Amino acid sequence: MLNWWLPENVATFGDEIDWLFHLIYWITGITFLLVAVTFLAFLFIYRDRPGRRARYTHGSTPLEIAWTVAPTLILVVLTFLSLPAWSRIKMSMPQTDFVVQVRAKQFNWEFTYPGADGKFGTPDDKTFLDEMHVPTDKPVRINLGARDVIHSFFVPQFRFKQDAVPGREIAAWFEVKKPGKYEAPCAELCGFGHSGMKAWVFAHSGADYDQWAAENLKGDAAPAAAESKPADAKPTTTEEKAKR
Amino acid sequence: MSATTVHGHAAHAEHEHHDLGFIRTYVFSTDHKMIAKQFLFLGLFMLIIGGALALVVRWQLAWPETPVPGLSLILTETGGIIEPPHYNMAFTMHATIMIFFVVMPILVGSFGNFLIPLQIGARDMAFPTLNMLSFWTTFSAGLIILAGFFVPGGHAAAGWTSYAPLSSVTAYTGVNWGQNLWCISLFIMGVGSMMGSINYITTIINMRAPGMSLFRMPLALWSLFITAILLLLALPVLTSAAAMLLFDRTLGTNWFNPSQGGEPLLWQHLFWYFGHPEVYILILPAMGIASEVLPVFCRKPIFGYHAMAFSMIGIAFLSWVVYGHHMFVSGMNPTLGLTFTITTMIIAVPSAIKTFNWLGTLWGGRITFPPPMLFALGFVSMFVIGGLSGIFMASTPVDIYIQDTYFIVAHIHYVVFGGSIMGAFAAIYFWFPKMFGRLTNNALGHVHFWLTIVAFNVTFFPMHIIGVGGQMRRIYNPLQYEFLQHQQHWNVIMTVGAIVLGFSQIIFAVNFLWSLFKGAKAPTNPWNANTLEWSAPSPPPHLNWGPKIPTVYRGPYEYSAPESKDDFLPQWQPATTGAPAGRH
Repeated sequence: MLNWWLPENVATFGDEIDWLFHLIYWITGITFLLVAVTFLAFLFIYRDRPGRRARYTHGSTPLEIAWTVAPTLILVVLTFLSLPAWSRIKMSMPQTDFVVQVRAKQFNWEFTYPGADGKFGTPDDKTFLDEMHVPTDKPVRINLGARDVIHSFFVPQFRFKQDAVPGREIAAWFEVKKPGKYEAPCAELCGFGHSGMKAWVFAHSGADYDQWAAENLKGDAAPAAAESKPADAKPTTTEEKAKR
Repeated sequence: MSATTVHGHAAHAEHEHHDLGFIRTYVFSTDHKMIAKQFLFLGLFMLIIGGALALVVRWQLAWPETPVPGLSLILTETGGIIEPPHYNMAFTMHATIMIFFVVMPILVGSFGNFLIPLQIGARDMAFPTLNMLSFWTTFSAGLIILAGFFVPGGHAAAGWTSYAPLSSVTAYTGVNWGQNLWCISLFIMGVGSMMGSINYITTIINMRAPGMSLFRMPLALWSLFITAILLLLALPVLTSAAAMLLFDRTLGTNWFNPSQGGEPLLWQHLFWYFGHPEVYILILPAMGIASEVLPVFCRKPIFGYHAMAFSMIGIAFLSWVVYGHHMFVSGMNPTLGLTFTITTMIIAVPSAIKTFNWLGTLWGGRITFPPPMLFALGFVSMFVIGGLSGIFMASTPVDIYIQDTYFIVAHIHYVVFGGSIMGAFAAIYFWFPKMFGRLTNNALGHVHFWLTIVAFNVTFFPMHIIGVGGQMRRIYNPLQYEFLQHQQHWNVIMTVGAIVLGFSQIIFAVNFLWSLFKGAKAPTNPWNANTLEWSAPSPPPHLNWGPKIPTVYRGPYEYSAPESKDDFLPQWQPATTGAPAGRH
């Protein structure tokens, strides 16, 4: 019923997030309806009418216990459904050899691939501006940093969000299930150009990705993106400090 | 001035009042009721500015980069078109003003000052001079925050949360003195609030009338007492953080600047360590007000008085250990996310208890619907929505997605507008007769309520929908994103709602000002209420009561009690012979 609210999910952990979202939606929705109906019914039934005196009561201990215990139980269940998912998404990193270095700056995203030698910080690194290419069905690790202020890497259709903080590098991951082109806006206010700061994430199926990589990452091939700036790949003083 | 001294002066109350002269009576007054009115006028004036800024934001989101009618008078160089620096400034100052200079002055400053002495049966605050200083300190902070609109580079534009290093390094926005004044203003406001909170706590502990035990206090007093404790402990953290930010900006310190070894997340920890108790500072007084208004217009005791008091105490304790839920995706160690999930889920329980007890209060009542009751009911129903939407954020995996989207904006507005501001309106309509000695217009109050509640929901409910659709908060133009195009019609609907909501408040202003000068004279106890403020004349004279302060014989909510023929039994009325004493 609610799927027209959420954009289509295309990442693996997105299913877990959407499931929890819908669960909480139904729990809170039903609670709201029960409360609202009771509320309106009471307002109607107990409206002032001549000759009636209000009920003199200071409360009811059994009721207090009931409406303390019931929400507590629901919330405990929600907690224990949320914690394992959180742990899988943010506290663990699946085994993967696919790593992209992501750097945010006012007001662009830089995506650096290690090139043929598989290492970052070497001359064959390839950097793309506001454009990221990843394979589907494979965990993608991103090492996220920022060159100036705090930004946030948000890919709505991956249900992925992680702040990029200057002075530290944060490892995060996602795994895309469906090939396509996905918008990745900055979600943390980062200055006057914050609005419109976005990248496109291209998810290619296996063979397509290999072809893209062969054309754009290997050897001296010029990166596909016209506006890419390989020279920027060298970490700034800030990040060097952070690594020490 | 000790309590005894104040009481000793009682006989000369009227006499003193006339001797003080204009300045000491209306400007530098130490009378808690005058200070309460000053806070109220400050808050209502700032509400106009904060509201206008909100309309600027809404206009831009609905019809991006089109001229705002009338704004060309101020933004002459752009012909009334809002540019990103204006936009960021508008939402930053909207939130800053609404939180620190509207809701806090009205709920805490005004009603705290007005109700504490009158409801506990004291002649004034424990420290009347400190009380006066508290207002004028806050007033100065208000002037400084307004001055920021006139400095080169514009006002602060890094969000009300002012995350470093965007806020701490001028080069990232070009905003210089605007951000400095923001820090200075909040620092001064923090000092003023500290003076107020010390005063509130001392007064409630030491100056209660004979018979006014803690558990005979009206729940509004409990809420203000707990709020004052939170203020005393939370605001200094913001005050210090604002000073640190200012030092980073002007004195070359590097608390938050990573390129010099500082830590940006330190700002977030300090800010939210203050910020989450702050949310309860904004909502607790409104909860207290609703708990005061509902029994009066249900003619029935509040349901579960002790549960209500203890749930507020529970909220106060828990509010210190939930703040990390603002930082789930900030880069804070994700393991901390586990603990903050647990505490955040738990803090929903006391709010649920309060909601069920308000429903219990309605059950079996004899309900009438004058404007204060309508707004109190509006508070309860909107708070239910705001409370339930909070559960989405407590669940960390869901929060990954909805953090920094309009879902959060919807939540905070259901709590702070639907909750705090509705509570403030309930309080204004309810205590206006006592405060100003005149009745407000009933019909205008009804029109104001219905326009407000409908327009409020049109404005804020769709924010849940576009938030779940992924629209980020604080973006200047949603049409820059392909995935947001299909929901732009909601932005238009919300802006129309916001315009109606804004202009509906003119009805309130008319009612307020007209009643102030031309309203019918209010009797001593127009609502037939039980609490002590209704035993004082309307408006209460200097030092509140004549020669003798009232004695308290029972709890505050003895409505429709069997021992009384009337449907109310005031706290100050001696027990008739043979009748059982009050339950509390």
